[in-house]
Amino acid sequence: MIVAEQKDLEEIRASVGEVGRVLVVGCGTCVTVCFAGGAKEAGILASSLRMAARVEGGSQDVGDVTVQRQCEWEFLDAIAADVAAADVVVSIGCGIGVQALAERYPDAVVVPGLNTTFLGLPVEQGVWEERCAACGSCVLGSTGGICPIARCSKQLLNGPCGGSSHGKCEVNAEAPCAWQLIYDKLKAQNRLDRLMEIAPPKDWRAARDGGPRKIVREDLRLNKTDEK
Amino acid sequence: MTSAEVRAAAAPVGDGDAINIVAFCCHYCAYAAADLAGSLRIQYPPSVKVIKLPCTGKLDVQHVLDAFEHGADGVMVAGCMEGDCHFQQGNINAKRRVAYTGNLLRRIGIEPERLKMFNMSSAMARRWADAVTEMDTTVRRLGPSRLRPRSAGPEGRTP
Repeated sequence: MIVAEQKDLEEIRASVGEVGRVLVVGCGTCVTVCFAGGAKEAGILASSLRMAARVEGGSQDVGDVTVQRQCEWEFLDAIAADVAAADVVVSIGCGIGVQALAERYPDAVVVPGLNTTFLGLPVEQGVWEERCAACGSCVLGSTGGICPIARCSKQLLNGPCGGSSHGKCEVNAEAPCAWQLIYDKLKAQNRLDRLMEIAPPKDWRAARDGGPRKIVREDLRLNKTDEK
Repeated sequence: MTSAEVRAAAAPVGDGDAINIVAFCCHYCAYAAADLAGSLRIQYPPSVKVIKLPCTGKLDVQHVLDAFEHGADGVMVAGCMEGDCHFQQGNINAKRRVAYTGNLLRRIGIEPERLKMFNMSSAMARRWADAVTEMDTTVRRLGPSRLRPRSAGPEGRTP
């Protein structure tokens, strides 16, 4: 899932400014299950903004609404009237949700309420860890299902660096060394021979280095009106 | 319990000048302790309004904010003694949630001392009365919440 955390209230208030009507838009998918931007968090943020304005002697009309997914046009269309009535829209979806709202409603002023942080999972209740860097060319098949791109601080492809110590990373002593995990996993599976294969330099054009990425599936597209 | 119930409990009474404290009480301990305090004729400030929870583990951040937004000057959460929760650790979860909410209140601009958690058993009627008295004293020292206009001075009505 996409994992995010809420910005400080002060930062959100500064970006909202002293406008009259504010709409907080939550998202019912990834940021709901990481407790950053779901319906509950939208309600709490709306309450917080209203009260903070009143504490300072002003008033702000802050409402909240949550859509099932901010990253799909169909769900955004359902809140057209709410968006139109607001001076500022605070999206507490991920960065995709913020941009989708801003793109679907070109006249709306949309500001983010979250910092979108990483692609990860809850390893236990209340603890999330990064697992995928969306690099565009997955190598998990040769690394025992442990990603050296997302989980090695240096994104190494052919074993650990000299900073791996007692299974921990020199960049972050609390983080396990991804290559130690990979070695232990493949050893347990009696597949250490996989590590004898030298991984060539990675083609980073599939990742961010190739610019914004796009996938087109002609078999799934609609409206092929120009097709002869 | 609903937000509407919380708002009703938080709404100022009478001339609106009285100190108003909302207490979220666990069914198994503080609610019974308050009942026992009444049976024993133990006096405590009338500024408190009790909302019964099945367990303080049910406490919701939104409900605490609702109370403050709709007129409460203080909110107390009263659960079982640590280690004695009927649902294993509902009161421990509530303790963490109260700490989180206190930090949120500070960011909003409300004194975090207006929110406090207490622990007691159902037999501790005196503890209940002392907790309400402590909360009432704290809120009177802080004065009425800046979230509601008052016509009287910061001391409010004498209980």
